[in-house]
Formats: sequence, structure tokens, C-alpha cells
Amino acid sequence: MRRNPVLTVLHRLAIGLYIAFALFPLYWLLKVSVTPNDLLYSEGVRMWPSRTSLEHYAFVIANSDFPRFFLNSVIVSGSTAVIVTLVAAIAGYALSRFAFRGKYWITALMLLTQMFPLVMLIAPMFKILSPLGLTNSLTGLIVVYTAFNVPFATFLMQSFFDGIPRDLEEAAMIDGATRFVAFRQIILPLTLPGIAATLGFVFTAAWSELLFALMLISGNAAATFPVGLLTFVSKFSVDFGQMMAAGILALIPAALFFLLIQRYLVQGLTAGAVKG
Amino acid sequence: MTAPVAARRRPFLSRLADASEPWLYTAPALILIVAVMLVPLVLGISYAFRDIKLLNPFGGGFVGLRHFEALATDEAFRTALVNTLWWTGASVVFQFVFGLILALLLNQPFRGRAVAQALCFLPWAVPSFLTGLDWAWLFNPVIGPLPHWFVALGLMDTPQSILSDPDLAMWGPIIANVWWGIPFFAITLLAALQAIPKDLYEAAAIDGAGPIERFRSITLPFLAPTIAITILLRTVWISNFADLIVVMTNGGPADRTQIVASYIFTTAFRRLDFGYASAIALVLLVLLLAYSMLIVLLRQSLLKRG
Amino acid sequence: MAAIDITAARKSYGSVDVLHGVDLAIGDGEFVVLVGPSGCGKSTLLRMIAGLEEISSGEIAIGGRRVNDLPPKDRDIAMVFQSYALYPHMTVAQNMSYSLKLRRTPKERITAAITAAAGKLGLDELTERRPKALSGGQRQRVAMGRAIVRSPKAFLFDEPLSNLDARLREQMRVEIKRLHKDLGATSIYVTHDQIEAMTLADRIVAMNGGVVQQVGSPLDLYDRPANLFVAGFIGSPAMNMIPAVYRFADGAAVAEVEGGHRLPLAGPFPVPDGTTVVIGVRPEHVTVAAPGAGGRRADVSLVEPTGFGSILHLAPFGPPIKAFTLDRGLGRDGAAVDVTFDPARLHVFAAADGRRMDPAP
Repeated sequence: MRRNPVLTVLHRLAIGLYIAFALFPLYWLLKVSVTPNDLLYSEGVRMWPSRTSLEHYAFVIANSDFPRFFLNSVIVSGSTAVIVTLVAAIAGYALSRFAFRGKYWITALMLLTQMFPLVMLIAPMFKILSPLGLTNSLTGLIVVYTAFNVPFATFLMQSFFDGIPRDLEEAAMIDGATRFVAFRQIILPLTLPGIAATLGFVFTAAWSELLFALMLISGNAAATFPVGLLTFVSKFSVDFGQMMAAGILALIPAALFFLLIQRYLVQGLTAGAVKG
Repeated sequence: MTAPVAARRRPFLSRLADASEPWLYTAPALILIVAVMLVPLVLGISYAFRDIKLLNPFGGGFVGLRHFEALATDEAFRTALVNTLWWTGASVVFQFVFGLILALLLNQPFRGRAVAQALCFLPWAVPSFLTGLDWAWLFNPVIGPLPHWFVALGLMDTPQSILSDPDLAMWGPIIANVWWGIPFFAITLLAALQAIPKDLYEAAAIDGAGPIERFRSITLPFLAPTIAITILLRTVWISNFADLIVVMTNGGPADRTQIVASYIFTTAFRRLDFGYASAIALVLLVLLLAYSMLIVLLRQSLLKRG
Repeated sequence: MAAIDITAARKSYGSVDVLHGVDLAIGDGEFVVLVGPSGCGKSTLLRMIAGLEEISSGEIAIGGRRVNDLPPKDRDIAMVFQSYALYPHMTVAQNMSYSLKLRRTPKERITAAITAAAGKLGLDELTERRPKALSGGQRQRVAMGRAIVRSPKAFLFDEPLSNLDARLREQMRVEIKRLHKDLGATSIYVTHDQIEAMTLADRIVAMNGGVVQQVGSPLDLYDRPANLFVAGFIGSPAMNMIPAVYRFADGAAVAEVEGGHRLPLAGPFPVPDGTTVVIGVRPEHVTVAAPGAGGRRADVSLVEPTGFGSILHLAPFGPPIKAFTLDRGLGRDGAAVDVTFDPARLHVFAAADGRRMDPAP
């Protein structure tokens, strides 16, 4: 079908406008982070400073606790992503491939966990974890984040597995594989995009979690990036340049992950949608 | 006599192994969910009826409905309830409308669509605390451009942060939330759009349906289930979502942006009054469950009629 | 190579029975085709033999060994799927060698087996390609190659040709038949296409509603269908079915059809006079001739020329029937023909239970 050129222009224009809206706040982060201190206020509303410098980055990396926060966040988010993906992959596989009593209840339970307010868990969580020595510890955060992310990740993995024909593993089983070998050698390689999507999704979610980290972590040793950045606000006179530099650094891993996986996310949801 | 019978039945252990296989696979997920989410949930419900303050080692006693009696007269709670309605309603509506438009735009094939799609979805990757800080900075008249633009547009007399204006403060977090949440709707709706069989549109076009008619009679009905479930989930989720408010305004000025979720967080985190915080959380849970039930019932009665 | 014995095999999902006790003995090297409409249980039975579907009760033995509790991998069978089920992330060679690798076959033996199979199937040039880069027919060959590389006890085919176009299907049918001749392997083949069943099978198992209707050689089923289902299912164009009443008077057996017209039958049947029956007659056994040859006069209401011959739509006595004739001259709309039936070619079925009846000796 031929398209109306006016509509085409409008369409591109709308896309361009939205991209501008989506990127402008990030652009502003970048702009302030490279503005030297002396120009910060005098050129506060200029679209690009007359002079740029990387001094804020240098300071944040060399003289602050941010490298530690960064490392803590990488450890917490990375471990959470890996554990959740493993747990969700096998659970999603079971939900996709087995017909068993209890499947309905498991699905219902997982849906329910998406419904209730997580803030409600803050107080009891603190009470439970503190005698176990898991407050103020990265392990505690990993456990909590893992549990929070398992239900959605399981749905996601299930929808990816649903998209892989059953025939393939049956063929493998007839070829001489056990169910587990068929899972590992045939199904898993085909689900790699799905696994990447789940890893990225969970990593991003854990990377950005704030409230539980604030509640469960005090002190810099185990602070994650969000906690570190917020304590920064309250402790010192606000140095916007340094905070934005830190913010940009915090953004990089999550954004990279997300850019790589967003395509698979749409694919996975489509596969699930087709099945209904 | 028994040997052939035994041989005919499948060995008990092998049948047990088969039956337990799915449970084995789901066990790690289930254990995590029960131990880290359900147990604290039940505990949290019990806290609502107890006196639990972190700074009071002698607390912990059963107080019955005292927290709820206090809630009934708690002016801050009532404000927070009204604010929650505002916050959730405005955020969901704008996120949905713009998300749907974005999904429709991205569903057209064009050159560079993959890149455009990635860029459009990027805000979702921004950690929520950073989103909050970023927008707080954008609204800041010292380092942010927005107040100056507002003045230029004649919306404001002097450049100042809307976050410190009691009448406008709520719009700050809402705008940040909309910016951040559009991609979620867009991704889900785009996935649903791509699952619509193309030949349906062709058939409708051959039958003489214009673009608006096609949208009304094919796209919307196909999207409806996705829209319903996404809006339901997002509503619940956003009403629980306190990050942006905690970061941007911390409930201020004068509690004008305090929503129930941030009020729970403040009560637990700053006042360390876990009992009262749990009571508020329980009320929120009941309200959300009631809302969900209502939506589900509504949907079922609609389905029956249709 | 091995014989397969199925004894009282049942399958039920919850309270729904999909297979009501199947008994079947398949000889070593035999090519057996399970045929029937979709939902008749033929695929379920095949999957039970493969071990992909649990056997609710009864027994299946391969090569004399009970396999009910054996997982598919230990049954030493190969299967060709309707979707081919090629592993998308492996090349043709890797697809074919996967089963041998799992069995830790030495490398040289694997290479030799792949080369032989690829040669036999004309895949020599394609061994390094991925399934995505193959045509439908080539994929089908790879699926076959995957099955034959490891000389299993039996081959199972689950509608392997139904995703191919008509021409290719015909060609692959011949190839499968030739392969079977070469390898002499026990084969079980599921299809809903009665032509495939007729052309490939040593023996056909016709199934309907989870029950075996008839087991026999293709010509057996064609010439002496055991009941109305088999009669209607095998043969194209399908057998004409004419409701009638059995009459026996003055030592002559006849079928009285609509309008009182009487068709002579071959000898008395062991049922009382007045029994309602169904007369079956294949279109090629409806003899048509130019008017004046004698018999029942009928008008041709429609002609379907097939090139080889013509299918004429007629209604010599009420119900519409089809006749197949090689005489193209008769095939004109509105022309009249004379129709006769050879009593020996009429099949008689009891209307009550659809069972075939044979004349008393």
C-alpha cells in the first residue's frame, strides 16, 4: 500500500518528538556532569556549556565512595540477575512443559505477589533479617531482590519456552537424550535471547531498587548506588556536577543492558501473547 | 502370583519421580517466594495489631485495633489517601495514553525503527532513584531549564521549582513517573500489536474499512485484554511506588505529595514505628485487593454480556 | 530390527479415553500404516510406542522387551516428525549426528554414517547448512537422515509428508518406500491420507474414535472393508453408500432401494428379510453405458474430468451417486446414461452397526 506523504512526515515528526522527550533529561544529566564548577550556575540554563571538563568524573572516581557503591551495586545486581534467571528458567520450563496439579495455584501465587504492596514487607523484613545478620549485608539484599524478581522473571521465561516447539525436545529424547540433556543441549541454546532478556530485566530492576536498600543498609560499606547517591544529597552541600557525574556512571550499565535486550523483551511478550 | 502384578504396575519410585519432577523444578522459586515474601507478609499483618517500635525494646505487645483507631483520625493519612488517588490516576492515564500512541507509532515499519525503538524505551532503563534526582534537577531553577521555559511560556512569573509550590508539587513526580513508565506500556502494547495477524487488516481494508474503522474494529478489541491486565497491574504497582516521591519531595511541601506508600516508608524508616506502618500497609493492601476484585468482576460481567 | 507387540494398550486423559484398548502385532521389517481422521488416536498410539506418551494400561513390547517404563532414549527407535523438529542451532551434519554423539559413537563411525545417509538422501552438498537455509523438501530429507543414521530397531513416522506440496509428497512417498525396501526396517507410519496409506503399507491399521476398525493389506481394506467407516475412508472418490432394505424372496437376494427399485445381490445373507442395510459400491464399479445398453436410465447432473477418466454425478434412483468411467464420450452434462451394478461388486453393511456382511456360503 502506498502511504500518504503527509502522514509519513507526521509520523516521523511524532517519533522524533518522543525521542527528544525521552532523551532530553538524560542529555541534561550529561551536560551538567561535564560543566566545570565555575560555570555551573552562571551557565545553568545554557544548552551546552562554553567549556567542558571531566573534573567531576575524576573526582567521583578518585576521591569518593562511589567506586565502592558501584562495585556493591554490580555485585548485588549481577548476583541477583544470575540467580533469578536460573531459578526462573527451571520454574518457567516446568510451567511451560508439564501439565500438573498445582500449576494453577503456582501461577495464582506468583500473580498475587505482583499485587501486594512491597512497602508492607519493609518492617517485617527488617525484623527477620536483622537477627540473621543479613541487614547491612549484600547477601541480605541479594536474597530479597531475588525473591522479588522471581515471579515476573518466571512468567517471562515461561513465555519464551512456550515459543519453542515441544517437538524439538521430543526429537532429542528419541535421539537418546534424557529430559535434562534435551533441556540443556537443545532448549537452552534456543532460549538464549530469552535468557539475555531476563538477565537484563532483573539486573536493571535490582540496579534501581531504592527503598529496601535504604531500609536494610546503613553505612557506606554495603551501600548500593542509589543509597550512596541519596546519602550524598543529605551529607554534603549539594555538588550537582559530581552527583550528575555519578548519576551518569550509574546509568551506563543499566542502559547498556537494556539497549541490548529490549528487542527480545518485545519478542518474548509477543510469543506469550500469541499463546494467549 | 504377585510378581506379574508388580511387573505390570509401574514401579512406585519411578511414578513418584515423575509426579514430583515439576515440583522439583518449581521448588526453588516457590521456597523463595514463600520465605521472603509470604512469611513477611503474614508477619506484617500481625504487626498491624502489635506495638512494634524499633527504639522501644519493651514494645511488641498486642494492641488490638489501636493503630486503626489512630488511623481513623490521622489527618496525614487522609491526605495521603487523596494524594494516592491523584498520583495513581494521573500517572496511569498519561502513561497509558502516551504508551499506546508510542506503540502505534513504532508498529509502522520505517527505516531505523530498531534504533528509534531502543531510544524510546531507554527511560525505563534509568534507575528510579536517578529518574527522581534527574527530574528534581530539571525542575530546579538554578541548574534546570524547565522553570525558565515555563517563564518564557508565560506559565510562571519568576523561575522557581514547582516541587516547592504546594499547589503544583504533585505534578513533579507525576511527570517524572510518566516519562519513566511510558516504555512499559509501549513495550507491552507493541508486543500485543505485533501479535495481531496482518491479514485481518488486509481483509478489513478490502471490505472497505478506513484507518479509524480498522483501529476501532480490529486493533482495540485485540488489545483490550492486554490493556485491561496492564492497567490493572500498573495501577496497583504505581500506587505502591514511592521511590520517586521519596527522592524528589520526600512527601513535602507540607505533605502535599505524601502518598500512602511513601507515608508507610516514612513511618517505618524515619519514625521506626513498624506497628503503625504495618497498619497503614494493611489498609492499603485491603483497598488494592478490593480494587482488583472490582476490576476482575467488572471484566467478567462485561465478558458475559459480550 | 525388531517386532513390536501392542497388547490392550489404552490411553486416557483423566476420565476421557482416547484409545480403547489396541491389540496389534507388527512383524520384524514390516511397514505398517496407522490411518484415520484427525483425533482418531493414531498419533497418540505412535507416541506411546515412542515413549512420548504414557501408557495408561496394557503393554507395548519392542523386540520382545516390555518398554512401558522405558524412557524414549532407551527404546532405540527413531522418529520423523510432521514439523521435522530439526534443531535450528545445528547444521545438517550436526542434526544427523546428534543421536550418535549422545551414544558416544567413535568419530570415524559418525562421519561414515553421515556420509552414507547424506549420499542416500542426496544431501551431500548441504551438510554444513542450517535448517533455516533449506527448502521444505530438503528439511524433510534431513529429518529422514537423522532417523536412518543410527539403524534403530524401528522407524516411527508422524505424518511426515503433510507439510509438503502435492508433487513433493508423491516424490518423497516413493523415496520412503525405496528406503524401506533397502533397509528393511520395521516402520510405523501415521497419516490421515489414505493414498499414502495404500501406497506405502504392507499392512494398514484403520482407526476411528480410538478403536482399531480393521487391520489388513491395502487391497484387503479396499476390496473387503470391514465396516462402513473403512469403506468410506479408503478410496477416492469415496464409495457410494445407498440405504436399502434386504429382501429375500423366491431364492433371490435383492436390496430394495428408495422408490422400490431392486438391486440383485450375490446370494443370500444371514439376516432376516426386511433388515435395513447400506449398499456400498465404489464409483469405478458403477457401470455406465450409452443409453440403450440396458439398466437404469439416469441423467448426468455434473461431470468432474480427471484426465484419466471422468467422475459422473448421477441419481439413478433417488440418492445421488458417483460413477467413474474411462469413456470420455459419456461425460457430458445433461446426457443420459444407462447404469448397471455387478452384484459381486456390491458391499452390504448392516445399517444397525455398520458391519460388513458376506453372503452365506
